[in-house]
Amino acid sequence: MYNVVIIGAGVIGNFIARELSKYKLNIAIVEKDSEVSNGTTKANSAIVHGGYDAKPGTKMAKFNSEGNPMFDKVCKELDVPFKKIGSLVLAFNDEDMETLKELYDRGIENKIPNIEIIDKNKVKEMEPNINDDVIGALYSPTAGIVGAYELAIALAENAADNGVELILNNEVKDIEKIDDGYKILTNKQEIKSKYVINCAGVYADKINNMVAKETFKIIPKRGQYYILDKSASYITNHVIFQCPNKFGKGVLVAPTVHGNIIVGPDSQELNDDQRDELQTTSDNIEYVRNTAVKSIEKIPFNKTITNFSGVRAEPDTGDFIIEESQDAKGFINVAGIKSPGLSSAPAIAQYVVELVKERYDGLEKNKDFNPRREMIVFNELSKEKKAELIKKDPRYGRVICRCENITEGEIVDSIRKNAGATTVDGVKRRARPGAGRCQGGFCGPRVMEILARELNKDIEKIVKDGNESNILTGKTKS
Amino acid sequence: MKEYEKVCIVCPVGCRLTITEDSNSNNGYRVEGNNCPRGEKYGIKEVTNPTRVLTTTVKISGAHHDRIPVISSDGLPKKKLFECMEIINDVNIVAPIKAGDVIVEDILDTGVDIVASRSMDKQ
Amino acid sequence: MLNYDIVVIGGGPAGLAAAIEAKKNGINNILIIERDKELGGILQQCIHNGFGLHVFKEELTGPGYAEKFINELKSLNIEYKLDTMVLDITEDKMISAINTEDGFMEIKAEAVVLAMGCRERPRGALSIPGTRPAGVFTAGTAQRFINMEGYMVGKKVVILGSGDIGLIMARRLTLEGAEVKAVAELMSYSGGLTRNIVQCLDDFDIPLLLSHTVVDIKGKDRVEGVVIAKVDENKKPIPGTEKLYECDTLLLSVGLIPENELSSGAGIELDSTTNGPKVNESMETNIEGIFACGNVVHVHDLVDYVTEESIRAGRNAAKFIKKELKKDSHTINTKAKDGIRYIIPHEIRVENLDNTLDMFMRVTDVYRDAKLVIKADGEIVREIKKKHLAPGEMERIKIPVKDIKNNNISNITVEVQGKVK
Repeated sequence: MYNVVIIGAGVIGNFIARELSKYKLNIAIVEKDSEVSNGTTKANSAIVHGGYDAKPGTKMAKFNSEGNPMFDKVCKELDVPFKKIGSLVLAFNDEDMETLKELYDRGIENKIPNIEIIDKNKVKEMEPNINDDVIGALYSPTAGIVGAYELAIALAENAADNGVELILNNEVKDIEKIDDGYKILTNKQEIKSKYVINCAGVYADKINNMVAKETFKIIPKRGQYYILDKSASYITNHVIFQCPNKFGKGVLVAPTVHGNIIVGPDSQELNDDQRDELQTTSDNIEYVRNTAVKSIEKIPFNKTITNFSGVRAEPDTGDFIIEESQDAKGFINVAGIKSPGLSSAPAIAQYVVELVKERYDGLEKNKDFNPRREMIVFNELSKEKKAELIKKDPRYGRVICRCENITEGEIVDSIRKNAGATTVDGVKRRARPGAGRCQGGFCGPRVMEILARELNKDIEKIVKDGNESNILTGKTKS
Repeated sequence: MKEYEKVCIVCPVGCRLTITEDSNSNNGYRVEGNNCPRGEKYGIKEVTNPTRVLTTTVKISGAHHDRIPVISSDGLPKKKLFECMEIINDVNIVAPIKAGDVIVEDILDTGVDIVASRSMDKQ
Repeated sequence: MLNYDIVVIGGGPAGLAAAIEAKKNGINNILIIERDKELGGILQQCIHNGFGLHVFKEELTGPGYAEKFINELKSLNIEYKLDTMVLDITEDKMISAINTEDGFMEIKAEAVVLAMGCRERPRGALSIPGTRPAGVFTAGTAQRFINMEGYMVGKKVVILGSGDIGLIMARRLTLEGAEVKAVAELMSYSGGLTRNIVQCLDDFDIPLLLSHTVVDIKGKDRVEGVVIAKVDENKKPIPGTEKLYECDTLLLSVGLIPENELSSGAGIELDSTTNGPKVNESMETNIEGIFACGNVVHVHDLVDYVTEESIRAGRNAAKFIKKELKKDSHTINTKAKDGIRYIIPHEIRVENLDNTLDMFMRVTDVYRDAKLVIKADGEIVREIKKKHLAPGEMERIKIPVKDIKNNNISNITVEVQGKVK
């Protein structure tokens, strides 16, 4: 019997787990996929928003403005890349300028620090590649960029280091109310827990409906993106937004924490049964491109290294749903966490901890809690440190990923950690081999070899991502 | 009178050959469309006994790879390529191997050997 | 810190030839740095024959071709380090590299030869729509798996791109028991040699779909099919022509890109057409004493020409060490005109030429019965008749030095005259 079971190992679930692991609780995360961070968390803009956008008084406004300042600390504790580079919302006409003023006023009401409306000259001075027809911008210096899935993975690893159990490959099929809590039936087992926290992302409504009345619906919305090579990084140093419209915050152009450029997303409402449909489509990708060039005409799309799409969980209520279910006590929904969900995650986690604490009288702190999760990034070390590290462990002297100079040592680390990688994409999201220009052409086979060795598996059994995503189909001549 | 259309593969030009049965000609065939004598020779061979050089791999143990590349010492009859593959696929050899070592002698009685196309030392 | 006269980055065909030639020209203190576990580079996975017709006058396999150079290298006692990665090269030829045995190394070179080769364009670079399942490979990755490591990558395969690697892999997969359903090619002509279309596709009744491309990839975990559509003259898919091919594997043979991240880091000027360094007649880059050769400069289709070019780089690196390379010379620039995509070298210091000026170039289209016209300052110096010209086949032109040496020519241009096929 667990004290708390969290359904869904995305950034929200993992953040809550890690914050709860600061207390003496028996916690598990149940995840349907073979890896953590495999849903919306792995495919979004990875922006920590300033917080001026959400309507004052909403949960979105509250948690975004509270969450943004919390990133420095947690990212430092967990060795997660985070850069407070600031954002610009561009205006190209008088109507846009009106929108900027509205956003500015909201920002002031939301208590967002240091925002200002700047004129064309200042915009061009800050970002010379922005198109000449810009007339002004809303500058929000506290906006930032973060490694979104790196954060979710780091949180899961740190939570696991602090005793949280991670139950992968378990899809929740049903939840039953029992005397002292809930019985969760997965495709593999029964899991009992006093409290259940529903962080199931695009499936959160389905999970809720297993134990409670339908009080909200999740509308899956897909967004598609470009990632450009590092050599395109010169085009901007800030997160560049266009004025928001009814489809969301619109197409952005931004650096990533790894020095690439991200362009996207569009917003396409999917049918109820399309929540896993992560394909990219030529029309939408073209729309992203044609819209992005309105901000920066000279985006070098010939430097594209990959496209991807993510499905966001849009709540039909218009705001985050973070509360205990009315008719299922001890069942807490954390649902509809669309943008600014990532930015809000630290504050949401803290709030949910409070909800749990209220239910436990005199909950004891976990004195052994270790907030640190370390991550070695060989390429970022000084030459002395590099030399020292190879001397200590020669595996750091063997480069596996030639595009990003990622060593065998880092890949082994990513597998051996608690909640470590078990798939090629899992290794890629942790240590980044294959995330560079060649997208794994050279290093893919080597990563598979290392995975096979470390997991003591046959190389033919190594999968890309999902359980059936085998890469090799057998040996030749057999 | 039978006529065949073939593309010459002797050099990169890729002449389009027309090969016609012709009892008056020395070889029994008349070749047109070729730009050089090699094309004529190829054209006739292609309609009488087409052959291909086969390159593939053989299982090896004791080396730094699990497969070693091999090549046929001459052209093999085109229609026997898959039959040859079956024989080659069953071969297991052990390092060290030197480039040129015969791996399968006189495969399918064609008079053609399968030889190693590189060396592999014992690890 | 280690010191060498010449450090060659890359132990493939380019690096091997350059190092051997430098040694033969009297330089003893040479090091080759190779990132793989053996020398030979990409040749080791190219097990088909057709290599060496120019250099050795015989048809060798890739590994066979490599072995000749590796043996010579070993008999000349040229030093090399395997499994070693260069992290950085500076303008003043300081190289940092790592491996498991020596750890972190700083190496000072008097001259550097860049011979890092090229990499394949991945799926992402094409923005092919669809899902992201397992089973999408670049042709070279699949080739390594099958030929060197002995693993099959699929059972039912579609190949996008009809360059030689795509064609060769269609045959390889078929021989190993897979079913190759089709080879789709965006262009209206194949980028591969005609002989490969005959031997690799026609022999096995594999359809070649010209002016077609992949417009969708289906499958959640593993590829379940790809949709191929016909494209119009602007290479845009034509609606209504889509056809689903059920397959578990998509192989991409859609181009190679020179690997010049180290070069850029050192401040070497690149040509935006070739994506390789700009070089002069001696294969020297804009940084004195840093030379480049092979696929890192421009992607070749024949290894024989890689060898030829690398011999030139090696010989000139040796000359540089011996201070025989002339810096102040009358300089001619080359310029690609109508029908020519690029010319190597970019710049010619006339005093450093021996008997001939060797130029490599590629044309922009397929031509029949055309001619290459070489002009010096607008005056025709030479015309070379060509029955057949294609973008997939590199052209080499040799011009006797006497034709250009005596007068004060400032530029040499090459153009194609003739009909686009």
